[in-house]
Formats: sequence, C-alpha cells, structure tokens
Amino acid sequence: MMEGRVWKYGDDINTDVIFPGKYTYQPMEPAEMAEHAMEDLDSSFAKEVKTGDVIVAGFNFGCGSSREQAATCLKAAGVAAVIAKSFSRIFFRNAINNGLPVIELKDGIDAMKKGDTLSVDFENGIVHHEGNEYHFLALPKEVLSILEDGGLIPHVRKSLGKE
Amino acid sequence: MTFAQKILAKKAGLDSVDVGQIVEVEPDFCLSHDNTAAIAKIFCRIGVDKVKCPERFVIVLDHTVPASTEKYAQGHKEIREFVQEQGILNFYDAGVGICHQVLPEKGFALPGKLILGSDSHTTTYGAFGAFSAGIGRSEMAVLYATGKIWLKTPASFKIVVTGSLQEPVTSKDLILKIIGEIGADGALYRSVELVGEAIDAMSLASRMVLSNMAVECGAKNGYIAPDEKTLSFLEGRAGAEYTPVYPDTDAEYEKILEFDASTLTPQVACPHTVDNVVSVDEVEGTKIDQALLGTCTNGRLEDLRLAAKILKGKLIAKNVRMLVLPASQEILLQALSEGLIETFVQAGAMVLNPGCGPCLGAHQGVLAPGEVCLSTANRNFKGRMGSREAEIYLASPSTVAASAITGVITDPRNAFEEGEA
Repeated sequence: MMEGRVWKYGDDINTDVIFPGKYTYQPMEPAEMAEHAMEDLDSSFAKEVKTGDVIVAGFNFGCGSSREQAATCLKAAGVAAVIAKSFSRIFFRNAINNGLPVIELKDGIDAMKKGDTLSVDFENGIVHHEGNEYHFLALPKEVLSILEDGGLIPHVRKSLGKE
Repeated sequence: MTFAQKILAKKAGLDSVDVGQIVEVEPDFCLSHDNTAAIAKIFCRIGVDKVKCPERFVIVLDHTVPASTEKYAQGHKEIREFVQEQGILNFYDAGVGICHQVLPEKGFALPGKLILGSDSHTTTYGAFGAFSAGIGRSEMAVLYATGKIWLKTPASFKIVVTGSLQEPVTSKDLILKIIGEIGADGALYRSVELVGEAIDAMSLASRMVLSNMAVECGAKNGYIAPDEKTLSFLEGRAGAEYTPVYPDTDAEYEKILEFDASTLTPQVACPHTVDNVVSVDEVEGTKIDQALLGTCTNGRLEDLRLAAKILKGKLIAKNVRMLVLPASQEILLQALSEGLIETFVQAGAMVLNPGCGPCLGAHQGVLAPGEVCLSTANRNFKGRMGSREAEIYLASPSTVAASAITGVITDPRNAFEEGEA
C-alpha cells in the first residue's frame, strides 16, 4: 500500500509543459530534470514536490511530444504514481519504462483535490480516497513485469542475463 | 481485419490478432534524430556492444541544426561517432532535412512496413501505407540491442472525407477541423484510417499533413491506402522491397466519422491546444509578430508554392518577422529553381536552413513574452516556441502567407481574390 499527497491537474496536460522543449536536447542528469518538472504549467511544483507525492489529472495526460524526460523528470522529482482518466500512449509507455506507475482511473478523479491524501493498493487495484474506494484494472502481465523490474532497461538487462 | 490488425499480425507471424492483443514485433525501420546522443547513452547501459541490424536504423539530425550551442554541438558530435562505431549507414547529417521529410525522400517510408521512431510525429509515414508510430528513447535503445518491441493492437476509426478541397483551403485545414471536432484525445490509442474522394484527390504531401497530425488527436497511426500516386512517388526511391497492406472490406471499426471537404473554411487552432480550433473568420484581425512557414507538417514544395503565390510581388507587414524553412535540401533546391525563395526574400522573409527551426523552442526564432506567432507547425502548447507568455496559432500555409502580408490573422480566400484581380 502506497500513501501520497495529491497534485491535481486538468485534461490534456502535454509533455511540453511537463518538460520544456528548450531542455529536451540538452544532456541532463535526472536530478536536474526534476528541477524543471512542470515548469511551464505550475512553477510551484518543482519547489514543493515531496517524495511519494502523486499526480492526479484528467484525460490524455502526457499528450504531445515523445520526450521521455516528461516521465523521467517526474520520477526523479519523487512522484510515486500518476493517476489520470486516460494517458497519451507514448507517455504511458515512457512512464512504465522508467519505473513510474501509471494508473488509469475512471471514477473518483473529480473528487480529488490538491493536497488531499490518497493511498494506492497496487495488488488489488484500488485507490482509497476520503473513505471511498475506486477500482482500476491491473496492467497486462507483460507490461507489469517491466514496471516490477524498475523500468525497461533493468528489465531488458535481466532478460539478457546481465543482472 | 483492419489495417492495424493485418500489419501487426503479419509482423508477429500470426494469422490474425484481436484488438487489445499484445504482440512482439521487429520493426522494419527505426528513426531517431538529435535525441540519438541520449539514446546511445541508454544503449550503453544495457550492456550490449553492437547495434543489432544497423541497417534498420535511420538517424537524421534536424532538431537543433546547425548547432546553436556548445551542448547541441557536443550531442551531434557524439551521434556522428556513434553511427561510425556502429556501422549505421543511414545517417543524414545536419542540413539534409527534417526526419519526416527525409525518410520518405530516401525511400524508407514504404507501404506495409512497420516504422517506429523516437519522435511523436513518426505517424507521418501512414500517408504511404506504413504502420508508423512514436516511441520513447529507452525503447529505441532496446531496439538497438534486441531489435524487438511489444505493441498492443489498437482499435480502429475510419474517417471518411467526401467532396473536394477548394483552394486556398488545404489538408491542414481539414486535419485542424477533424482535431477540433473530435478533440485532443478523440482518437486516443486508435489506429485511424483516412479514406474518401478528398483523400484520393490529394497529393502525397497533402496526405502527409493528415498522418503527421493524426497524433494530435491521440492516434497511434494515421493510415492512408497506397495508390498509384504512392507507387509512382516511390519509383526510384524505395529503399527496400515492399508489399502494400490494405484493410479487409469487412473490417470492424469502432467508429466511422464523416467530414465534407467542399464546405471547409480555413481553420485556425488557437492557443494553447491543437483542438482549440475555429474558422478563420472568428480570429481575423488578431495581431501577429511572427509568421512561420515550414516544419514536418507544412514545409513541403506545395506549401511553399501556395505561400509564394500569395506573397509574390507583396511585402510582409512592417512589424512581422516571417521565417521560411523548407523541409529538406531537395525541397530547397526545387524551391530555388522555381524562384520561390526569391519571392520569399523579396517579400522580406528570412529563409532558414532545412530543419525543425523554432517549432519546439530550441533555437532559430523563439518568442518573447507577449508575442504572437502564426505557424504552419503542428503544436501550439504553452511555452512550445519559447516564452510561456507567448501565444501560438496554427494554420495552413495560405493563411500564414496572407496574414504575414497584413500583420493580422487573415482569411487567405480574400488574399487570393485580390491577387487574381
């Protein structure tokens, strides 16, 4: 069971506002990426985010560019999971490939507000928020195993017998 | 089966696949660009020394060319060393063009091929009957190492476009209209197949605009069935043998949407989302500071021709900067020989080298706070072209050219009437 504090955003949060294009082709360590997380959407985020916080958003989270830093910067900032009504497909893959859990939740999102506390029961696929339970579907096993290995690179290293 | 089902089944070596089924496949071609420097570093972490099947990988430097900072220059240098070391021969250095134009020109965008790229606009090759989609950097690094990737079989939408576009309305207006109607997630995770007489009548360049921007409504790919035009474009260019893949006539679509090209007016996507689309008359008169003609969406010869037709013998407005970026060297050369470049320069525009330019805010004409840009690009997200306080409107090459002359967003149909009078 994971417990976290909510950062709440709306629909169609694109990867340009999560991680601006001007930094996309500059080599950066994840810690530096975290300093720019959500820079063009919410300047308080990078300053105030704490390890274990959770992002809750509407439809189509992570739309736009394929830039992987959009997932890497959130992971490096300590975000424990992104919960949204739906995800853009490349962001969804990038998040899993970086070991950042993504949860598609049909109900309950509208009731969640910035600063709320929620908990996630990954095993049973339940988000608990203010006494309510919201169910989500587990990821397909092929995909879940990437997340469980901590991301695509450790997963592939494992499958190639490198770990 | 739909196109997506047929091609994924074929690539997975199966007779059929169901929607939602996950398959492991080996893409025919894989694209990366300036992000190859970062991908090469991830590849090193996997612990495999040599790229598997280097002939499958195509690398094009286009996002920050020529390098405007030492960091970009360093990245490009590392990429040149990497392709050398790994024997990647399909390498196109700075200046050749934007990847989504270079791959078709060099014969990699082929019917029936599976093409993945670490760039979201990889969907562009759907215009040639390929299944092409964007992926992330780590996935590209893993493709270097193993050649394999998992894909989920998407459900499909069919978009039927009847009627015919009336110049100066273009396929850009059509795709903006579609995105405006269905929304930024209207085709989320769907394979979109575009059909109808308006599509049949289009040039490949016009079709590429549709497939390019299919991702802006969330689509995984934007397929257009290859026809005579496709085959004749590929003659002498195709870099491999290919077999077109067509959907079955009894394929099952989750949705069938219809649009009429004949009644379409010029469309404009307003800040800060691509689906915030209105007919040009609703924003006419909005003052602009910069006009951008180019990018992987609209930097092709027909786009330059259309803009030059409007700009010929005119001057751009005093307070407007106009940037023109042909999508490739091949297009630049053709534009030079047709006198289009002369027209742009005489009108007062800046003609820049083939590349992505300021589209993603990295260099070459970024925006200051409070400035407004009218662009032929595919994205108008907040901060995309520089300042987060700037505003980006998206439109067709004809709307951008007509507006550059007046300094305000202008209906290109009026510009045409005056020009022809």
